[in-house]
Amino acid sequence: MTGSTPITSDGADARASAPSRSGLSRRAEYDLRQRRRSTLVASVSTVLVVAAIILFVPMMPGWDRVRASFFDWDTFTDSLPKLWKPFWLNIRIFLICAPCIVVVGMLVAIARGVRSPALFPLRLFATVFTDVVRGVPVILWITLIGFGVPGLFSERAWYTKPVVWGGFALVMCYSAYVAEVFRAGIEGVHESQRAASRSLGLSSSQTMRTVVLPQAVRRVVPPLMNDMVSLQKDVALVSIIGPVEALRRAGILVSQSFNFTPYVAAAVLFLLVSIPLTRLTDHLMARERRRTSGTAVS
Amino acid sequence: MSAIHPVAKLRLDRVRKSFGDRVVLDDVTLDVGAHEVVCLIGASGSGKSTMLRCINLLEPIDDGSIWLDGVDIAEPGHDPDPVRRRVGMVFQSYNLFPHMSVLRNITLAPTKVLRRPRAEAEQTAHELLQRFGLDDKAGAFPDQLSGGQQQRVAIVRALAMQPEIMLLDEVTAALDPVLVGEVLNVIRDMRGLGMTMVLATHEMGFAREISDRVCFLHQGRVVEQGPPEQMFSAPERPETHDFLARVIASGRL
Ligand SMILES: Nc1ncnc2c1ncn2[C@@H]1O[C@H](COP(=O)(O)OP(=O)(O)O)[C@@H](O)[C@H]1O
Ligand SMILES: [Mg+2]
Repeated sequence: MTGSTPITSDGADARASAPSRSGLSRRAEYDLRQRRRSTLVASVSTVLVVAAIILFVPMMPGWDRVRASFFDWDTFTDSLPKLWKPFWLNIRIFLICAPCIVVVGMLVAIARGVRSPALFPLRLFATVFTDVVRGVPVILWITLIGFGVPGLFSERAWYTKPVVWGGFALVMCYSAYVAEVFRAGIEGVHESQRAASRSLGLSSSQTMRTVVLPQAVRRVVPPLMNDMVSLQKDVALVSIIGPVEALRRAGILVSQSFNFTPYVAAAVLFLLVSIPLTRLTDHLMARERRRTSGTAVS
Repeated sequence: MSAIHPVAKLRLDRVRKSFGDRVVLDDVTLDVGAHEVVCLIGASGSGKSTMLRCINLLEPIDDGSIWLDGVDIAEPGHDPDPVRRRVGMVFQSYNLFPHMSVLRNITLAPTKVLRRPRAEAEQTAHELLQRFGLDDKAGAFPDQLSGGQQQRVAIVRALAMQPEIMLLDEVTAALDPVLVGEVLNVIRDMRGLGMTMVLATHEMGFAREISDRVCFLHQGRVVEQGPPEQMFSAPERPETHDFLARVIASGRL
């Protein structure tokens, strides 16, 4: 490898042992140079794209009209405070649904993995559940369940509210997605781990709880977080069956002000939550990759 | 053999096992007496691992019976868990639980299966670790240990259940040559304590030294068995002869 490197006046030995003038190792110096270059490339290209947008979009014939109806500052500052409270409903739906989804998803995943012939019907049910649920769009499930189920009751109570059944539909749909994530994690735990546990006399459910699941959960945290980011956005879908959450409230404001800016304000609120969640997910994924595969290959 | 051990601790009687069309154990019959050490030798693929896994009921057998203290444990429908408590198994690839400390690896089964109080189980674990020179590793995680240390911990983990029989499946095969010795020492130790053992091994010198009886498997059959001196110096069957000749040629005896 070093054979092809021309020996400079420093001499190979000096390079290998003594630190360079900057006090950094050769490796660190190289990394620093590379990083500077890629930072430069990234910033120049970003500036060019942004500049192009700033320069050319306003030159388009309809820009003034669009700006007035989507990016009106007064409407923005006016609608943002009105959206806080409805958005808090989104957050609450999310906070209630997310743990239910994790629990149901895990149970479905376990049911799909049972091997005992006596429990075959359970496995069949879990398989049909995931297939049917995942085969229909979330928005359609929310409509069907949110409008359909409350109609079954004659009285009015908390359990006849559309928001409850909208949440139920979300839990149902996302549990099916999350079950697949868990199943991949469970199957990723090597068979020999199960054999070792069973050979010590642990039952199959003890093996699942103490040996398989803890290892599976560690692997699935990042993909699970991805699903949670989607969930946070999909909570807005329950608006179609009535509850006044952020998207619906923004729609009402739009119809009152004849201006689309409240939608932009709602988008900003969603970003405030999803960007930190996405960053956290990426961070966890990178950590998991480092843990499982040593040095990352660029 | 039944003449030597009228009531065998462990008896395999015409055990058959196939994977699909492939017959892996073909009418295997074997007796193991209490405190006896039996080595299984044979080419790779001859069925050694499968035999040990069947004894531990990790694989169901198709036909025949396996008797532990006079009870047929391979009877379909027989609960495998109480049997596995009495039979310890150590694998070639250690199979320690990577998310648990060494101590927890060892105390898991005693606390969960035998319902021992945690403190008592830890006390026993420390004693065992100490005996095998591993006490400073109690808090470590498996991936912080060398292969030899991991395998010794795996043996301690099985011993912590105070099994009546230990099954060891090529426990040194995945180790660097320099680490093999420390694991073999542990097995010598167990023999000294009178443990009944069935071990599959490629270490012929060790098999010769440690076993009361050597059992040669060839294509799923027990072709020949006998005391190590006889098996290694004067095998009767041509298959045994060929196998040993090949082992000697490869420099492993
Ligand atoms: N789970 C399995 N499924 C299919 N074939 C298997 C399985 N386990 C072992 N075998 C086959 O059984 C034969 C014996 O294997 P094994 O018991 O591992 O032999 P050994 O331990 O002596 O090398 C081999 O041909 C192997 O391919
Ligand atoms: Mg094997």
